[in-house]
Amino acid sequence: MDLIILVDKIADVIYENKDYLSELDRVIGDSDHGVNLSRGFQKIKEEKESLKNLSYSDFFNKIAMILISNVGGASGAIYGTGLMKVAQSLKGTNKLDRENIIKAADAMVEGIKMRGKAQCGEKTMLDTIVPVVETLKENKNEELNELLKKIQIIAKNGVDSTKDMKATKGRASYLGERSIGHLDPGAMSSYLIIDTICKNLK
Amino acid sequence: MKKLINKKEDIVKEMIEGMVKAFPKNIESIKDLPIIVRKEKKYGKVALVSGGGSGHEPAHAGFVGYGMLDAAVAGEVFTSPSADKVYEAIKAVDSGEGVLLIIKNYSGDVMNFEMAAEMAEIDGIKVGKVIVDDDIAVENSTYTVGRRGIAGTIFVHKILGAAAEQGYSLENLEKLGKEVVNNIKTMGMSLKSCTVFTTGKNSFDLGDDEVEIGLGIHGEPGTHREKFSNANTHVEHILAKVLEESKINKEKVAVLINGLGETTLIELFIVNNRVADILKEKNIIVETTLVGNYMTSLDMGGFSITILKLTDEIEKLLKSKSDTIALKTF
Repeated sequence: MDLIILVDKIADVIYENKDYLSELDRVIGDSDHGVNLSRGFQKIKEEKESLKNLSYSDFFNKIAMILISNVGGASGAIYGTGLMKVAQSLKGTNKLDRENIIKAADAMVEGIKMRGKAQCGEKTMLDTIVPVVETLKENKNEELNELLKKIQIIAKNGVDSTKDMKATKGRASYLGERSIGHLDPGAMSSYLIIDTICKNLK
Repeated sequence: MKKLINKKEDIVKEMIEGMVKAFPKNIESIKDLPIIVRKEKKYGKVALVSGGGSGHEPAHAGFVGYGMLDAAVAGEVFTSPSADKVYEAIKAVDSGEGVLLIIKNYSGDVMNFEMAAEMAEIDGIKVGKVIVDDDIAVENSTYTVGRRGIAGTIFVHKILGAAAEQGYSLENLEKLGKEVVNNIKTMGMSLKSCTVFTTGKNSFDLGDDEVEIGLGIHGEPGTHREKFSNANTHVEHILAKVLEESKINKEKVAVLINGLGETTLIELFIVNNRVADILKEKNIIVETTLVGNYMTSLDMGGFSITILKLTDEIEKLLKSKSDTIALKTF
């Protein structure tokens, strides 16, 4: 699968869901997650030509920078930092085998934790992403379609698990108890991205 | 939604251009960036950079000028400006003495300003930070990311801006910044949520007879809801909380009654009327009062009360000259 086509598909899914993501954010935050993230991914679509013929490392670095500059807010900084770490982990490599993907996924989680100063269980995108990365590691030798199926389920469970959590990070944290009962918009956007990747790799 | 805008994606750009065209002697924007800098640059002093999402006008660009900020960076509506934009602002105003970032304690702002500081430090620019967390509505505990920065930030811009003008070093400004922030307590309430320009929806739903207590400035809901009563009842309740946190006793203070965007000056002066009387009863001396829209939340209805405890040094700086669009003192 061509990474540019994949990013393009992700951009479309985020665009289609931008109002839904902003609505989730309206309830517990400031109503802009979908609008902001979509602006960043649409910019990636516009700059597709410049993503061609790049090394894996340069590719991820470029989309990290596009997201940082165009999304703004916490989500731009967090997704951007995560992808910058992916770029660093892929320096000098020209193959995306499972070993490298796991390395990159670990680096992504490390970047998100560092920038967001968050851990699993705090009602953030990490609640979607971390269980997925663990599944990846635990099923290193699983057949691809089976692995992707598992990941889709784990990611869905991850985002759903945020519903009953009390937010302690980000703007939703100011709601305290009132954040309980609502899905986290960041966990949802991460789920949509992971789900799109799985669907297109199958 | 009926708003005087054109294309949603042009809101911030057109606002900045309009502002520069209104005040060409005071401010200018740089390149095609959402950055406002002061026209009469002063070299040989620490430069002050602040900013945040748009929708808080006149903050932050309204406070660029003599005695306050050197640059303000505007993000999209209610969205922190991205790190690369903040970095551009730092580079634009640094004159060798370093740059002080004044950041409101919101995750997005803190993250992007920190990333910008990391980028600037690679260039050899000295960068200091003051994080404003004056909102007492949300308790600071191990379970939250701390208190939010809201209207009290205006006092921080004013005091640190005056100190920078007088030649304070970056280290001393950071130290003074901490002291000033410690002395500022704010709490607000809302009568009506705002219409978020980008989505066209209300930021939260509030009944006609309800008020939202302790909210932030991004249209996010507050800590809880109460039945709407009248000005004095709500003022007494909020001021009591602010005073309890301020721990002031017969001291000198500055007061800011801030409108959230939709509130009329009639209402804000009525609020101040009660605030001033209560402070007098308590033998607290009000040295300076600001009443108006300083840190708004689009068209939200409501107000916040800020109390700044004054030391002699802080009072002198607060009263020294500033010449910006939204705040002039001579």
